[in-house]
Amino acid sequence: MSDRVMLGIDRIKCDGHGVCADLVPELIELDDWGYPIIRSGAIPQSVLPHARRAVSGCPTLALRIQSLATRR
Amino acid sequence: MSIALLAGPPAVQGIERYADHQRRLGALPPATELIGSIERSALRGKGGAAFPVATKWRSVASQRAGTPVVLANGGEGEPLSRKDRMLMEQRPHLVIDGALLAANAVGANDIVLYVGADHAGAIQTMQRAVSERPGTERARLRLVSAPVRYVSGEETAAVHFVNAGIALPTSIPPRPYERGVDGRPTLVQNVETLAHVALIARFGDEWYRSLGVAGASGTTLVTVGGAVPQTVLIEIHQGMTLADAVNVAGGITSDSDAVLLGGYFGGWIQSGAAWGLSLDADPLHRLGHSLGCGVVAVLPSGRCGVIETARILAYLAHESARQCGPCTFGLRAISAAAGRIAGLTSTPGDLERVQRWSGLLAGRGACHHPDGAAGLLASALHVFSGEFTLHDDQRRCSIVNTQAVA
Repeated sequence: MSDRVMLGIDRIKCDGHGVCADLVPELIELDDWGYPIIRSGAIPQSVLPHARRAVSGCPTLALRIQSLATRR
Repeated sequence: MSIALLAGPPAVQGIERYADHQRRLGALPPATELIGSIERSALRGKGGAAFPVATKWRSVASQRAGTPVVLANGGEGEPLSRKDRMLMEQRPHLVIDGALLAANAVGANDIVLYVGADHAGAIQTMQRAVSERPGTERARLRLVSAPVRYVSGEETAAVHFVNAGIALPTSIPPRPYERGVDGRPTLVQNVETLAHVALIARFGDEWYRSLGVAGASGTTLVTVGGAVPQTVLIEIHQGMTLADAVNVAGGITSDSDAVLLGGYFGGWIQSGAAWGLSLDADPLHRLGHSLGCGVVAVLPSGRCGVIETARILAYLAHESARQCGPCTFGLRAISAAAGRIAGLTSTPGDLERVQRWSGLLAGRGACHHPDGAAGLLASALHVFSGEFTLHDDQRRCSIVNTQAVA
């Protein structure tokens, strides 16, 4: 179970740049105001590299990959 | 009605003296075995989330990094609630006893009494009550007045204010029980919850459980308002029906189609379904309701649920901390559209948008402000669905002929 991860977001840091939705549309879409809606659940292995790129590409460093067990 | 928290003679000249409090209830008991007793008492947090108290205390007590702190939360920003300020005014020593017991149980020394700045009476009585306590206790107690703002009472906002003077929520993790006041594990507990603890510690969990009815445990404070003779604070046996609570408050003064249970973070319920509800966290939760911070507001027949809902949404949008996008922009947009529908000036698609957006708030803020607004809105769209359609489609209100939404 320990390798099961999900996307987490710091909502206060997020400014709605929308880069994440471009980099990993499989997991993230934007709402009417440009803020990410993140698909719940574990990130499929095949998408993980894109998720990592989204995390490092976030201009405000709001996105993270976290263990599914530590979800808040 | 006074059963436990509010029992005893009324305070002379509105001031409860420490000597009277001690004479009535005895000295502060030890906190040994207290967490187990609280667990058996089934006490839940009274701030709104109804979280099991013993579980929260254990989480704080088991932290390894730093001596814990207790923050007694009397911010009470909910506009429809009176219970915390009135409890602090009437029984300040019960609150302080509970805070000391909590601190002793989780291994804390310092206690912050966090009281809403606009609750002048409560601040005064708490200040006076602190000054009456022995020096060893006084040295542990610090009174902090909380800024007048809806989110000030949110637990991370309370910690943030004590630490940095900014009463806005912070991102979690860390949660306050991990890292709170001065970076130390912090138990944030509503003042009513602490007052219950002061009685459980003295009279035991069995006694406390016996105060409940219909399988529930203990008592709870409820602010009853709306279509009743006057807004009033009552203490009820937990498990009593909503109708009984309204009757204790003097009964309804007009017909009513809906009740707002739980305050602005709660939800509307059709009156027919509401009267028989048992006021207890678990059965309410199973039905998708919540007692929240103990608010029962009966909508009078002359008031329109759509207009009232729009008014509440406008308040909640205004009170957003404006830190998270979905809350800042989403809640504002929802509030604007709901305001147009209420005011019979909706633009095409407003109702559909409000319906769609209502599902886009929950879980998308650092705190639960958007979740609370989403819950209230969802309940309104259900309970007042006909009225929403009438307003939006035909630009008519079945209750108010001409109105301006305040």
